[in-house]
Amino acid sequence: MNYADLFRVTLPEFALEIAALLVLVVDLAFLRKAAYKLRIVVAALLGVAGCAAAAWAVLQQGSGGLSFPASHELLLATGGFTAVAQTGILTLTALTLFLLIDSEFTRHVGEYVAVVLMAASGGLLIAGAQDLLLIFIGLELLSLGLYILTAFAKSSGKSAEAAMKYYLFGGMSAAFLLFGFSYLYGISGSTNLHQILLAANGIRGQQAAPLLYVAIVLIAAGLGFKVAAVPFHLWAPDTYEGAPAPAAAFIASVSKVASFALLISICTAALHVFDRSASFVGATVQLSTATQPVFPGFRVPWSLVLTLFAAGSMALGNLAALVQISVRRLLAYSAIAHAGYILLGLAFFSYSPRSAGAVLYYVLTYGLTTIGAFGVVAVVERATGSDRLDAFLGLHKRSPLLAAVLLVLFLSLAGIPPLVGFWAKFNLFATVLGVSAGPVPFALVALAVGLSAVSLYYYLQVLKRAYVMPAVDETPIKAHPVTLAVLVLIAAAVVALGCFPALLGNWIGSFSPMM
Amino acid sequence: MLAWTIYLSFAGALVQALLPKGRNALARWLALAVAVAGLVLAVGGFAAGMGQGRMVIVDLPWVPAMGIHYLLAADGISRVLVLLTGLAAVAGVLFSWNIELRTNEFFAFFLALIGGVYGVFLSFDLFLLFVFYEIAIVPKYFLISIWGSTRREYAAMKLALYSFVGSSMVLIGLLAAYATSGSHSTGLIALAHASLPVSFQMWAFPLVFTGFAILAGMWPFHTWAPTGHVAAPTGASMLLAGVVMKLGAYGCLRVAMSLFPRGLDPWGFSYIGIGSWRDVFAVLAVIGIVYGALVALVQTDFKFVIGYSSVSHMGFVLLGLMTLNQIGVTGAVMQMFSHGILAGLLFAIVGRIVYERTHTRQLAELEALHLSRRLPFAAWAFVIAGMASMGLPGFSGFVAELQVLVGAWKVQPWWTAAAGVGIVVGVAYTWRALQKAFFSDVRVTPDDHPRTGWHDLGAITWPEYTGVALLVGVSLFVGLYPRILLDTIEPAVKALLAGGGQ
Repeated sequence: MNYADLFRVTLPEFALEIAALLVLVVDLAFLRKAAYKLRIVVAALLGVAGCAAAAWAVLQQGSGGLSFPASHELLLATGGFTAVAQTGILTLTALTLFLLIDSEFTRHVGEYVAVVLMAASGGLLIAGAQDLLLIFIGLELLSLGLYILTAFAKSSGKSAEAAMKYYLFGGMSAAFLLFGFSYLYGISGSTNLHQILLAANGIRGQQAAPLLYVAIVLIAAGLGFKVAAVPFHLWAPDTYEGAPAPAAAFIASVSKVASFALLISICTAALHVFDRSASFVGATVQLSTATQPVFPGFRVPWSLVLTLFAAGSMALGNLAALVQISVRRLLAYSAIAHAGYILLGLAFFSYSPRSAGAVLYYVLTYGLTTIGAFGVVAVVERATGSDRLDAFLGLHKRSPLLAAVLLVLFLSLAGIPPLVGFWAKFNLFATVLGVSAGPVPFALVALAVGLSAVSLYYYLQVLKRAYVMPAVDETPIKAHPVTLAVLVLIAAAVVALGCFPALLGNWIGSFSPMM
Repeated sequence: MLAWTIYLSFAGALVQALLPKGRNALARWLALAVAVAGLVLAVGGFAAGMGQGRMVIVDLPWVPAMGIHYLLAADGISRVLVLLTGLAAVAGVLFSWNIELRTNEFFAFFLALIGGVYGVFLSFDLFLLFVFYEIAIVPKYFLISIWGSTRREYAAMKLALYSFVGSSMVLIGLLAAYATSGSHSTGLIALAHASLPVSFQMWAFPLVFTGFAILAGMWPFHTWAPTGHVAAPTGASMLLAGVVMKLGAYGCLRVAMSLFPRGLDPWGFSYIGIGSWRDVFAVLAVIGIVYGALVALVQTDFKFVIGYSSVSHMGFVLLGLMTLNQIGVTGAVMQMFSHGILAGLLFAIVGRIVYERTHTRQLAELEALHLSRRLPFAAWAFVIAGMASMGLPGFSGFVAELQVLVGAWKVQPWWTAAAGVGIVVGVAYTWRALQKAFFSDVRVTPDDHPRTGWHDLGAITWPEYTGVALLVGVSLFVGLYPRILLDTIEPAVKALLAGGGQ
């Protein structure tokens, strides 16, 4: 490893950090006296330019990564599905920055955009990280950014409350995660994921099996918090409700994509040790000792924990969403439910790129849809001062375009074809059944499909107010043209990707190193 | 050519959604033009397909990684049902002529629903079929909840959830079939030849069949149907009863029965005479026939009478399917067509011609209005529709139900006997509704029912005349010359029963 390699591999993160500093300098040094609108537009555009530069850098990188000197232990992967996740993170970050243009929750736009970009660079790191230390640093970089973003509406008590809850839960879960990591290091003597998993499946794992199980549970708890899986979901409704809308959209999309990319890395590593030829992360990992595992120390308990998370999240998320009257809380519980579906795909994982592709497909399209949903909520909230269900009354009269966007996005979340949410679900469930036969995965898929029928009810509750019930107030809702354009673009993408599901599938597939 | 029915309907829906508000006349004529164009295409496709087997219309790879094709094709069954959809669409638009509230949106949802229905009947790829099937759910919800009447939000949500639960069951079965077959195609024909393990078919068949049969109004999952039909605006009731319930029955036949034929095999043991899933569903169908008819007999709301009669008539379709013989299944398809026409006609008379003028559907209140004298056209139209519906020779219902009964007799004579009871009760409830609603000689003063009063009922308008003429004409024509449909249906049924088509 030398600094040239380091620079080459972390070029996307560099691009984001430079953009973040640039935004701060421009906003604080040159635009101090400028009009608020101008500052927002400049900051958002600089941020988007930074994302574009970083995305360009991601796509330029070949498969490979950064290794420790004198060993082949991978530190940070590039290319392959890592590149898919990173491109997704950057695209979604750019979209949330566009949502900023219409909002007024803060005077400190430069700082806001800078924090968003830094958090996104944390997301990029954990999408590629193959080493416990790097994973932890990336997670903390992302999480600290999210706590700040949640608290960004300084004048709002709700925002502060949400941030405090989020921070306390987050700090606790980081502690769990670190504790689990320390056990893993103790068992394996390495911080590299693959070395750890080799050890966990070998004699050392067998000898220290109880420690290993404790470590797995602690790590799953820490990551379960990040993806808002039951029973570590309690922060989600409050945070989604209290955070400023663009920040909530960021938490609901970018942070989810990054965390699931990390889970994919771990799941892949857990299977990787069984398979000499797999080079899923794009880097060739020398597995001199990889033959048959002595002891399935990691994979079975890991899948079990993820399965429990998945079942709990699907059930609780969908059922709790039924009774919500705040649309943001409804979206939070729906996010928990969707996390449950995705965890199902991770619990029944295979080392063929199919599983990873299906999970990425789901989480990327979900992120896109949910940003749009928060965008609509933000516009309605600004016009009516509330995110209650009743704030959406008569939306089709007040803003037909916004109502149409809401219709498309919510039906997609409910999984109605031909929208992309249906294909994401179908693809994921078909993959689960395809890679693991047996009654348990089948029962869980049946549960998931059944619960998505339940989910239609609460999505229709919102749409019913937008389309069916009479309006109380018929004054038109005006949205900023840029916001509206972005929302329409997202809805159009949801329809187009749904009508031509192979587009995104092929794009993701083209990064698969095994094809 | 037939594929254009789908595209035209969706394009029409899109244009309607974009129409400026207040252009109601334009919206109506546009909807009628789209529906008529669809009907013309359907008739053209029907005529062109006479004497032909299954014809592939479009076959493009859609999701190559999963072997999903955009495969549209038509066999005899599809062509007949597409024809029915075209007729129901035209009639539905005609009887929705008086919609003044958000007219363009009404027709946008209406045409989107029609487009989905055309799509289901023409899909020969499992997942394409499923996609169109689900597309049809959402417009129904909005049609009922926005433009409906009695307890519309409840009825709309109930219908949407029942439909979605049914389609979830179907989806689970299909995912499992896809995973189990290991096939790289989701084409219906390919999957039917994949010869899935019998033990798998044994549980997948009831799951998928029930999922579809929920939408066909199978007892005891029928309860969405009466409430949904009653709450829906007339045009939507006509579509619900006319074509949407047929989607369920069609799915049972095309997907459940042709993909999992061994699921109908005997279990190897029998309990109170029930020894296979076939017996189970046949018994449920017979219960539906009798139960629907009996409940229709005691309804006080005119529209509920028709709603429950639909449950009863759809029971014949399911019974016909479960006979598994040529005549019975042909009868089931005929019954789908016939009930689609007649249920549409009955709902049009009750919902549009009578209710829109009297503003009541309570039989007790209608008795006081002496409608036979004040709306003779409605009375005579109902007489004809009622006769046809109870299975009088000369109308389409007779041909259909006779075939189903003959088919059932060959398998289990007591099914026929029990279903015969349903027919007798059918005569009774039709007669009762006819007598109470139109030909009552109750002497009452206007003061007894101030809500309805003796206000002017208004003349019958041209769309109503046209619509009634169209539906009565078709039913009569098919009743007098059933060969026109039978010649198309029979070869397709034969191929399907022989194993998945071809």
